[in-house]
Amino acid sequence: MDATYTSLANFAQTGGLLYFMAIFAGVVLYACWPSNGERFNDASQIPLREDD
Amino acid sequence: MGERKVRYLSLEEGGFSILLLAVAIFCLVIAGKTWDQVLAFHTGLIALASLAGIFFIFRRYFDGTSTPAPLEINGKPNYNMAPVKFATWASVFWGIAGFLVGVIIASQLAFPALNFDLPWINFGRLRPLHTSAVIFAFGGNVLLASSFYVVQRTCQARLPGTIAPWFVILGYNLFIVVAGTGYLLGVTQGKEYAEPEWYADWLLTVVWVAYLLTFLGSIWRRKESHIYVANWFYLAFIVTIAVLHLFNNASLPVSIYSTKSYIVWAGVQDAMVQWWYGHNAVGFFLTAGFLAIMYYFIPKRAERPVYSYRLSIVHFWALIFIYIWAGPHHLHYTSLPQWASTLGMTFSIILWMPSWGGMINGLMTLSGAWDKLRTDPVLRMMVVSVAFYGMSTFEGPLMSIRAVNGLSHYTDWTVGHVHAGALGWVGYISFGALYCLVPWLYNKKSLYSLRLVNWHFWVSTLGIVFYICSMWVSGIMQGLMWRAYDSLGFLEYSFIETVDAMYPFYVMRAFGGLLFLTGAFIMAYNLVMTVRVGEASESEAAGQPAMAPAE
Repeated sequence: MDATYTSLANFAQTGGLLYFMAIFAGVVLYACWPSNGERFNDASQIPLREDD
Repeated sequence: MGERKVRYLSLEEGGFSILLLAVAIFCLVIAGKTWDQVLAFHTGLIALASLAGIFFIFRRYFDGTSTPAPLEINGKPNYNMAPVKFATWASVFWGIAGFLVGVIIASQLAFPALNFDLPWINFGRLRPLHTSAVIFAFGGNVLLASSFYVVQRTCQARLPGTIAPWFVILGYNLFIVVAGTGYLLGVTQGKEYAEPEWYADWLLTVVWVAYLLTFLGSIWRRKESHIYVANWFYLAFIVTIAVLHLFNNASLPVSIYSTKSYIVWAGVQDAMVQWWYGHNAVGFFLTAGFLAIMYYFIPKRAERPVYSYRLSIVHFWALIFIYIWAGPHHLHYTSLPQWASTLGMTFSIILWMPSWGGMINGLMTLSGAWDKLRTDPVLRMMVVSVAFYGMSTFEGPLMSIRAVNGLSHYTDWTVGHVHAGALGWVGYISFGALYCLVPWLYNKKSLYSLRLVNWHFWVSTLGIVFYICSMWVSGIMQGLMWRAYDSLGFLEYSFIETVDAMYPFYVMRAFGGLLFLTGAFIMAYNLVMTVRVGEASESEAAGQPAMAPAE
């Protein structure tokens, strides 16, 4: 029981760390990727350019 | 002329009629056979509402005016704003009702005689009525109204369906009525923010699925290739609330004819799921949903794009991935294993980063336009709201730390913290959104009176200051009194002494709440007058020769 818990906890802790870091790195890369800049600038204008 | 076009019932009309008929029959059977008077009342109410729904669908059909509205008129999207208008006024109504009940229960704490020894209006029953009314009724309708508005505008697409948006708005408000009257009649699951019993939960589930599909449908037919960030936050709010609601209400009714139900898991598992639910109700209902409002209404009102769209992307993903883990911090020093509450605490502290990233993004949207804070009280309200967001998302992680929680938990400090977020952040961003929405929806140039907005702002800000400060003092005092020992190692104060010591702060808090309620009345008057008197409507002004802007 204890061994199961320890091994599961170890797996969850390292796995969780890697999982979160990988996702975070992915998000930051996506957000900061230079060629996405123009799209994002364009997207930020969406609320301001609606036709009335 | 006069000739009526023959038209088959649309799939949507037929589908909703069959659904409503099934609900009505199911409810009528229960209402007829149950021994539980509250259940008979509620199922009767739901059946009546369903039948009324069928009546309106068919009246519309036989009127012959039911040709589907065009998606576009002259190349411009033909937005469906009637449901938005309804939800807007519903939120004004529920806001005042919820704040009023808040003032009543605050007064009951200061003056217990106000319970009048009546079961229906005692503190225990009115308290969930207050929380549900302000969170789900007021906040929920603001979210429904603003999400249907924003998703249409930013996608340049009409909401799908004609019945579906109304089903969502009216069904949600029916759920509110069933839940609220249930509390007064003593029906509750006894779980914070999840008080409604199984049948109300089923009702909400059906409505919420329709909400998700309606929202997704608008995104599906969007003209903009990019989905604006506000819609991501709305979508995260809708999807996560669905998941939370289903898990935390995995209850089996004792009998289909009883209001009472039991959760399928028990004990500490139930507690864990409840606070996973409870904290994410804060995270995804009161935060993600209202952040969506921030990301649309502040740029729109300030007439500037959001400070950093890149930051908003990081903000979104970081917030939703981290928030979902923070719940166990509600269960420090309980039978929940310590590693679980440590996990919750750790994630709560990490949550500082995305929260403040979002706050900075909202505030800095005004960079270069700070003068608007002086001239536009609506924008000021929304910016102060973001400042309150920053303040309460600083205080929250602090209170989640086990040692701090040992002092703060179960005291008024928690109540003060919650209201810093609720009155300051959720309240003000909602008021800001309502002040924007009403003139936009009714084609008015601006509000009836910006002076009144100013009054609303200052009166309610004073109220919030009264509320939070009195609860900080009262809560920390209460916590310190509970843990005070005398020289012989006995507890220094009896429980009732701590209650007695809090009396002046309870009075101050009730006064603060009264100021906040007064502000809401000022807003309601201003909004009604905006529609009735308003400024000259823009469509009329468009006919006039326009003056060239002096730029």
